[in-house]
Amino acid sequence: MNKKNTNILVCGVGGQGVLLFSDLLAEIAMKEGLDVKKSEVHGMAQRGGSVTSHIRFGEKVYSPLITEGTANFIVSLEKLEALRYLHFLAPNGVLLTDNLIIEPLPVIIGIEEMPKDIDERIKHRVKKYYLIDAFAKAKELGNTRVSNMIMLGALSNFLDFTPNTYHRAIRENVKERFVDINIKAFELGVSLLR
Amino acid sequence: MPKVLLSGDEAVARGAYEAGCRVATAYPGTPSTEILENMVQYREIYVEWSTNEKVAFEVAFGASLAGARSLVAMKHVGLNVAADPLFSSAYIGVKAGFVIVSADDPGLHSSQNEQDNRFYGLFAKIPVLCPSDSQEAKDFTKLAFDLSQEFDIPVLVRLTTRVAHSKSIVNLEERVEVPVKTYEKMKEKTILLPQFARLRHSCLEERLKKLTEYAETTPINRYEPGKKSIGIIADGVAYHYAKEVFPKASFLKLGMVHPFPKNLVKSFGKQVKRIFVVEEVDPFLELQTKAVLGRLGSKVIGKDALPRVDELNPRIVQNSLLKSALGGLGRISATKPESGVPARPPLLCPGCPHTGLFYALQHKDVIIGGDIGCYTLGALAPHNTMDSCICMGASITFAYGVEKGLGNEDKRRKVAVIGDSTFFHMGIPGLINVAYNQGQVITIVVDNRTTGMTGHQDHPGTGKTLQGKITKALNIQAIAQACGIEKVYTVDPYKIKETKSLIRKVLAEDGPAVIVSSRPCALLVPKNPPRSVSADRCNGCKLCLSLGCPAIEIAQGKAVINDALCVGCGMCAEVCARGAIV
Repeated sequence: MNKKNTNILVCGVGGQGVLLFSDLLAEIAMKEGLDVKKSEVHGMAQRGGSVTSHIRFGEKVYSPLITEGTANFIVSLEKLEALRYLHFLAPNGVLLTDNLIIEPLPVIIGIEEMPKDIDERIKHRVKKYYLIDAFAKAKELGNTRVSNMIMLGALSNFLDFTPNTYHRAIRENVKERFVDINIKAFELGVSLLR
Repeated sequence: MPKVLLSGDEAVARGAYEAGCRVATAYPGTPSTEILENMVQYREIYVEWSTNEKVAFEVAFGASLAGARSLVAMKHVGLNVAADPLFSSAYIGVKAGFVIVSADDPGLHSSQNEQDNRFYGLFAKIPVLCPSDSQEAKDFTKLAFDLSQEFDIPVLVRLTTRVAHSKSIVNLEERVEVPVKTYEKMKEKTILLPQFARLRHSCLEERLKKLTEYAETTPINRYEPGKKSIGIIADGVAYHYAKEVFPKASFLKLGMVHPFPKNLVKSFGKQVKRIFVVEEVDPFLELQTKAVLGRLGSKVIGKDALPRVDELNPRIVQNSLLKSALGGLGRISATKPESGVPARPPLLCPGCPHTGLFYALQHKDVIIGGDIGCYTLGALAPHNTMDSCICMGASITFAYGVEKGLGNEDKRRKVAVIGDSTFFHMGIPGLINVAYNQGQVITIVVDNRTTGMTGHQDHPGTGKTLQGKITKALNIQAIAQACGIEKVYTVDPYKIKETKSLIRKVLAEDGPAVIVSSRPCALLVPKNPPRSVSADRCNGCKLCLSLGCPAIEIAQGKAVINDALCVGCGMCAEVCARGAIV
């Protein structure tokens, strides 16, 4: 893999806003003058299932997919999904995950069991692990759907893009009446890890 | 002109716009749906959701023969539905540029198979272009219009999921208007009577010859000199995977994969020591490369090393080829996924009206033909209510075939479950067949007033067109009656007791019947306040879990409703025997 590129894997559960997150991030990278590719799947995969989006940016990007073991960042909007895609993280990679757990249907109806040691297993594998109460904070803000922007804000502390570019991208891609709360959520996310 | 970030689907739409396209048609299907959804923004193009891919194909082809540039888009299996006009269109040729877009789905992210539609180019004798990213998706679409017009032939643009649904940077250009030509009758060209069709076949072979010459010189078949030790022949997104892991190799990147550029491949073969053919799914390029190289074909490595199943990625390309060529040297080991992580399969949404219908169908001793849509998920736990999912419309015909196969001795009722959009697409001929041939099949149309799985597209039953115009909403009950079915019932699947008793009644009756299970998709209507469980009354019997609603969980032995997910449909309240859900 091209070492100069930045690889970010975003994951979560269908409906949580993974795609808006990755759309914004890709847009921001382009606005900052970089080559960028991002990839995800739509259709059946989105109906409450596990969702991922791959984002790669840098001087020149070929593959739209990130190879296992090479993601510089994983941002997960749900903790079980963080565990599911942990093997994509590079040895020195950073994991940011929401502290939220959504039980999958096979667990609810008793066909499968939830692992009891999610935190331990993540800590065992990842040195740079940030657990963020994004869903809870979004609830306090009055809209659980903006937890993705809190996570984007948290991630932004690790990237070299200017705050202005994030705000512009949010304004251009979010419905007008939701712009303020999304920017507020983004800024809250920035402050959580600053 | 600005640079923008577009998906492959958006880029195809933009390319058609810039190329002066005037008519575009499609039936929704992942990963092709967004092509027409994006085309609607260009007011210069007439766009429509047609009832199925064959209809869409013929409408767009008709527009081309009339003299207007046109495009039809579909998912890979849609081209099977449209295969009949596809083969005829190659004989006939075009008047104005006519482009067919097929979006294949290696990896079956949202499909029933992984068929490789590049073979349709060989089979139907039309050129095939394979873009590898969004810029090429736009450029190749424009080129396809020009080639179609110049060589008098439909051109197939073949995307895959990772091209259609990946976003990358695209340079926009202005639209070039291509005026509609004057309509003229072209009897010998457009009427495929045997005496004319024979001539058109000869003419098609001539057109292909010229296209073969073109394939040798087209700039989209590109030689990229590099190390002579490895030569890679690749198309589509596989090119980028190979480029990522073998950046210094020599490349022959093929944008036009049919007709095959024989001389180009031959001279590439002479320049490099070893050839890797990197392509997804079937060995389309590999077979032709080996045929062209003759004895030198032995230095070609392709599907001996690379998998035919599932999509590729850079790691698979690198490991497979290194293993094959160097006995595993330089292999990058994949980091292992964590074990024991419970699956999170796609599921029916909270408040999904299909939930009520499937709940009512559970544990019945019947044989159920399923169909293609969100409701295919009713085949999984906890519903387990389907015996088949074959292709669009095959629920009714499967159930009827089972009836004939098992004969009168088998007393189980044969049932079909089909969505509203699928019913209009290909269900109606099967229903007519049941009535005409005196079948007994009970057809349940799960009518949620939209095409759900692909992201809520309108269809002939919704009363709205793709361009947002109000139109006649076709009535499924009236259609069923017109198809010869006398017993036609309607039920609201949220009313679970009523639904159960209607199903019980219809199963006990003789004769074919249609039940329309009617309730709009829960994602299209405002939410009601969430329900809650009275912990005093709940005895933890878990009956409510058999709805398969993702908003209901069990905590400390009692049912709990997740108020962030619950849409307040109330189906669980009706299911609960103790009245514990309010």
